[in-house]
Amino acid sequence: MKPAPFAYQAARSVDEAVALLDEHGSAAKVLAGGQSLMLDLHYRRTRPALLVDVNGVEELVGHGVDDGHLVLGALVRHADLERPVVDDPVGALLAHVAPYVAHPPIRARGTFAGSLAWAHPAAEWCAVAVALDAEIGLHGPSGRRVVAAAEWFHGPHRTDRTAQELVTEVRLPLLGAGTGIGFAEHRRTHGSFAFAAAVAAVGVAEGRVAWARIAMANAGPVPVRATTAERALAGQSVASCDGAVSEAGAAAAREADPRPEPHGSVEYRRHVLAVLVRRSLRQALGSAAAQVTRPPAGRG
Amino acid sequence: MEVTLWVNGDRYRVDVEPRDSLADTLRDDLALTGTNLACEHGVCGSCTVLVDGQAVRSCLLLTVQCSGRSIRTVEGLATDGELHPLQAAFAAEHGLQCGFCTPGFLMLFAGALEHDPRLDHDERRLEETLASNLCRCTGYVNIRRAVLRAARELRGEASPGE
Repeated sequence: MKPAPFAYQAARSVDEAVALLDEHGSAAKVLAGGQSLMLDLHYRRTRPALLVDVNGVEELVGHGVDDGHLVLGALVRHADLERPVVDDPVGALLAHVAPYVAHPPIRARGTFAGSLAWAHPAAEWCAVAVALDAEIGLHGPSGRRVVAAAEWFHGPHRTDRTAQELVTEVRLPLLGAGTGIGFAEHRRTHGSFAFAAAVAAVGVAEGRVAWARIAMANAGPVPVRATTAERALAGQSVASCDGAVSEAGAAAAREADPRPEPHGSVEYRRHVLAVLVRRSLRQALGSAAAQVTRPPAGRG
Repeated sequence: MEVTLWVNGDRYRVDVEPRDSLADTLRDDLALTGTNLACEHGVCGSCTVLVDGQAVRSCLLLTVQCSGRSIRTVEGLATDGELHPLQAAFAAEHGLQCGFCTPGFLMLFAGALEHDPRLDHDERRLEETLASNLCRCTGYVNIRRAVLRAARELRGEASPGE
């Protein structure tokens, strides 16, 4: 099908975009990467009166580091993250996850912030945001506000954003040296939506897990943070934490709220989530260990 | 809305609706029907064209977003009646059967090889790029061979067996 008719305005600034959104409210949709919105328009699942194109808004381009955070402008494309954008494990994590997001031509257009605004339950970036306690920056008619990822997702395709607001940036805390990162996903074919996925970051100090952050994609209506699993790992010795990793996987699966799908019962989905959480944790523990500087050889 | 497009080096002024996709404008307004449309939601890649050198799905881009941009389609690949090395390689390696997906694959790899002329040395990236588009006839083996041959040809290297 072809989209139903709509009007089109290319905004030149954040203020101009917000003014248009303020005027038109829920009748307007923001067009950034458009790689999900366009197909919903084709299906006529959404019929906006106006598209506000923000691709020409310079303020939304690029990334930087500010106050201990990697700041991604709303026009940072998935493809921009395929190589680490910052010398911190968070850059490595984004580069590790990026190839799981669709195909190269889609990644050239789609945006990180747009994925969070779209809030698909299977989206990898949404799980990353929840795992890392990202903050979503918005501009609206009454100014700027920042929303924690934990408060952002209200349901499938529902977020804390009001129709008058524009997502302008996403802030991801830098993880610091000694943090290991991991990501594991199961899907039916390359480029399919995640059947399930798990993202992990583990802080290691003096051979012990100082903290762990775990989130799962397509494990419920919104990304699920596995806090019980995180607690099960804290304080464990890295050298002998196989049991704790297994227990964390099982705990995460219990914390998930998966729905039955034609290709997977709830039991199967929980099983896969447990496996993926364990895999992501093993990756994270391995990458943390690889960062530990070995003492210089010599003196017997 | 009046929009100026640069397609294969030619300037066009077209009057489009905001809802018109770039693919529809190319086919219906400019009569450049080499760009094929199949799924119209970004899955199949038949409509892949280059916009400012980047391979994108022209079904997921509005024409009004392309004002002033440089677009390349399969019609612009051959020069003076001579096939582009990718086209010659697809013919030599039987990289097509029904041919419906071919313009999309050609533009996908025209962009990818311009971006990274040594794409054939990056196994993961090559596989991933091949998987971006759907072909239902050839099973990808010959398309892959064609891409490898074209990559060598574009670098001025002789193909094995020649």
